[in-house]
Amino acid sequence: MGAVEKSRKDVLPAGSWDYASSLEGRDIVSFEERYGLFIGGEQVSPRSRSWFTTVSPSTEEPLAEVAQAGAKDVALAVGAAQEAFAPWSSWRPAERAKVLFRIARILQERARELAVAESLDGGKPIKESRDVDLPLAAAHFFYYAGWADKLEYAFPGRRPRPIGVAAQIVPWNFPLLMLAWKIAPALACGNTVVLKPAETTPLTALLFADVCRQAEVPPGVVNIVTGDGSTGAHLVRSEGIGKVAFTGSTEVGKAIQRELAGRDISLTLELGGKAANIVFEDCALDQAVEGIVNGIYFNQGHVCCAGSRLLVQESIHDQLVRKLKRRMSTLRVGDPLDKNTDVGAINSKAQLDRITELVQAGTDEGAELYQPPCRLPEKGWWFAPTVFTNVAQSHRIAQEEIFGPVLSVLTFRTPDEAVEKANNTMYGLSAGIWTEKGSRILWMADRLRAGVVWGNTFNRFDPASPFGGYKESGFGREGGRHGLEAYLRFE
Amino acid sequence: MSQTLALPRALELPGGGRLPRLGAVDAVALEARAGELAKRSIKRESKVFALELAIRMMDLTTLEGADTPGKVKAMSAKAMHPDPGDPSVPSVAAVCVYPSLVSVARRALRGSGVKVASVATAFPSGQAPLDVKLADVRAAVDAGADEIDMVIDRGAFLSGRVGHVYEEVVAVKEACGDAHLKVILETGELGTYDAVRKASLVAIAGGADFIKTSTGKVSPAATLPVTLCMLEVIRDVHDETGLAIGMKPAGGIRTAKQAIQYLCVLHETLGPDWLTPDLFRFGASSLLNDVLLQLRKQRTGIYRSPDEFTID
Repeated sequence: MGAVEKSRKDVLPAGSWDYASSLEGRDIVSFEERYGLFIGGEQVSPRSRSWFTTVSPSTEEPLAEVAQAGAKDVALAVGAAQEAFAPWSSWRPAERAKVLFRIARILQERARELAVAESLDGGKPIKESRDVDLPLAAAHFFYYAGWADKLEYAFPGRRPRPIGVAAQIVPWNFPLLMLAWKIAPALACGNTVVLKPAETTPLTALLFADVCRQAEVPPGVVNIVTGDGSTGAHLVRSEGIGKVAFTGSTEVGKAIQRELAGRDISLTLELGGKAANIVFEDCALDQAVEGIVNGIYFNQGHVCCAGSRLLVQESIHDQLVRKLKRRMSTLRVGDPLDKNTDVGAINSKAQLDRITELVQAGTDEGAELYQPPCRLPEKGWWFAPTVFTNVAQSHRIAQEEIFGPVLSVLTFRTPDEAVEKANNTMYGLSAGIWTEKGSRILWMADRLRAGVVWGNTFNRFDPASPFGGYKESGFGREGGRHGLEAYLRFE
Repeated sequence: MSQTLALPRALELPGGGRLPRLGAVDAVALEARAGELAKRSIKRESKVFALELAIRMMDLTTLEGADTPGKVKAMSAKAMHPDPGDPSVPSVAAVCVYPSLVSVARRALRGSGVKVASVATAFPSGQAPLDVKLADVRAAVDAGADEIDMVIDRGAFLSGRVGHVYEEVVAVKEACGDAHLKVILETGELGTYDAVRKASLVAIAGGADFIKTSTGKVSPAATLPVTLCMLEVIRDVHDETGLAIGMKPAGGIRTAKQAIQYLCVLHETLGPDWLTPDLFRFGASSLLNDVLLQLRKQRTGIYRSPDEFTID
């Protein structure tokens, strides 16, 4: 056909169809030069007199100076929270609910600003902070606002009471969302909090302090102390706290648990993971590929429940891996503020080093590495989406949490073998099952020792659904009615 | 014919004597992926490229009981020169008409390179005896149609007579001779993405050059997820057999923005090789003017009045 041949010629060479960059404006957020600590409803300078700089991992550009809270600062914050506890916990629960509703509404109103701040400070793509982090953070406040005056119904006959001051330490992968997971249920139950954001991502927590002011949260109910690990250690050691909630690495989680041994302080830990994403031969293959990609490359793989071990039935291994590699080649790595970016920057130099070290170990141990061709920006910290095939259960990359965009592919032959391999890890946070057979999903879910099991999907979160781990992935549940229990004592 | 039916070519996986795999589609994840791709932001040069491509891929269509030679002539003029004020705007790929108007379109388009496509096989229902359908096809081809858009017998498909559907496609393909065959699945009547996948494979196995979503007479017509579903079939067939099948979403695509979303889905699913009118078409009647309007906006920075664009 003549016209067809002509049009063939008109087709531009591969690569000419490219999305022009489409940057989310960063003017909407203005950071102060320096942020003090948020204690008793005021921004105060640290007694420690020391400060550190938080930088954007995608450009290494300094964003703001942040206070490094020392022992005295932490004590002040805990004191403010203690002082605020008696009045706050005796508020009418419906009035507490109103405060939470206001926070949720303000998070929605300021969503674009907070999303841009999150992407700047943490490196995650704007499409994720915009479509996942912010909507979910607001949803958590809405959800727990609803529970505030219904605690008697959540635990009939058990007379739930607030605990007191909750010390909360959150990680850098979902800074504002993890803050919401921690603060919303704590306040709904009538506790006051001292929250420590991660060292590399303090800015949205500090903007949240302003949200608290807008929402008329009483002074001292929410306190925010920034700093490195030593600040967290001071917080955990503090007199006057009644509860510790920590999300982060298993190593630090263990240290906290040792620290709290013998003290009357309740503890919940949400730690690492090495989730199995289990793909059966009868699954919807193209959608499974999407799920695998979402499971491991979402948020650069900085997700404790990431599906970092792909267990694929041997009969479809080659076909699946071919599809997966092709899909990986369409992932767009780059500027987190570009709306077309799928994979952003690695959160910190330290994390990049750890990923690089483990990937080297994978190659050394004989696994086969694949990375799609992609240009990484010059400045900042980046790691190309990576998949390892020919991985054995004994390889480090199949055992250790990499916390980066690195997938290890293993095979299985039968459902029993899939369960055995999936459970053969020290972790137990999440798992995914891909099959068109509903009964098999239920059969597998019964046998998998993981806190969350997804069927034909991955990395789905909802405030009504409890989340938490088995084994070294921690204990306690966040979200849902279960999430209330961690912030209550029962008379 | 009935012997090949047991394992139609495209349904068969090569190597190792494995059983053919139909494959399944997960509706929730498919729709989520389509929704995600619809959010891709296309700006500036990419947008101009996409808009021009959309014009070159368009099957400008009129399929009304009220169609007349006058209407078809006017539409053909528009097809050749979509924007008389701007000669750099390319022609569309084809005009699509009923068989009785093929000769009119043929004459109007002579020498232009714009193809004549004709619906056939008792369009839109497909509810006629096979002889009648084949006569319909031959009449259109004899009148000068370059491309035939057939409909599958959904009644047969939904009652489980998949072999019947397959045999009809094979017969129509034969009747087409040199004309290209597009097979309309009428996805709005098939009910599930699994059925769409199966029907796509049957059509391709039967000899379709293109698979097409809809007649435009049934709602829903083309949607982004159903198009993605069919593109994934095309991708699987290409992986397994090397055959490059074309895709034509039709019906309900009215805005330039929608057209660009389809092109994003196409590009991210099948890559740059499919960004050509011989492997992708839009079946549309009112889409063209919105694309022209947007193209003019990209070039001049100003939204012109719709009255500046002809309505043929």
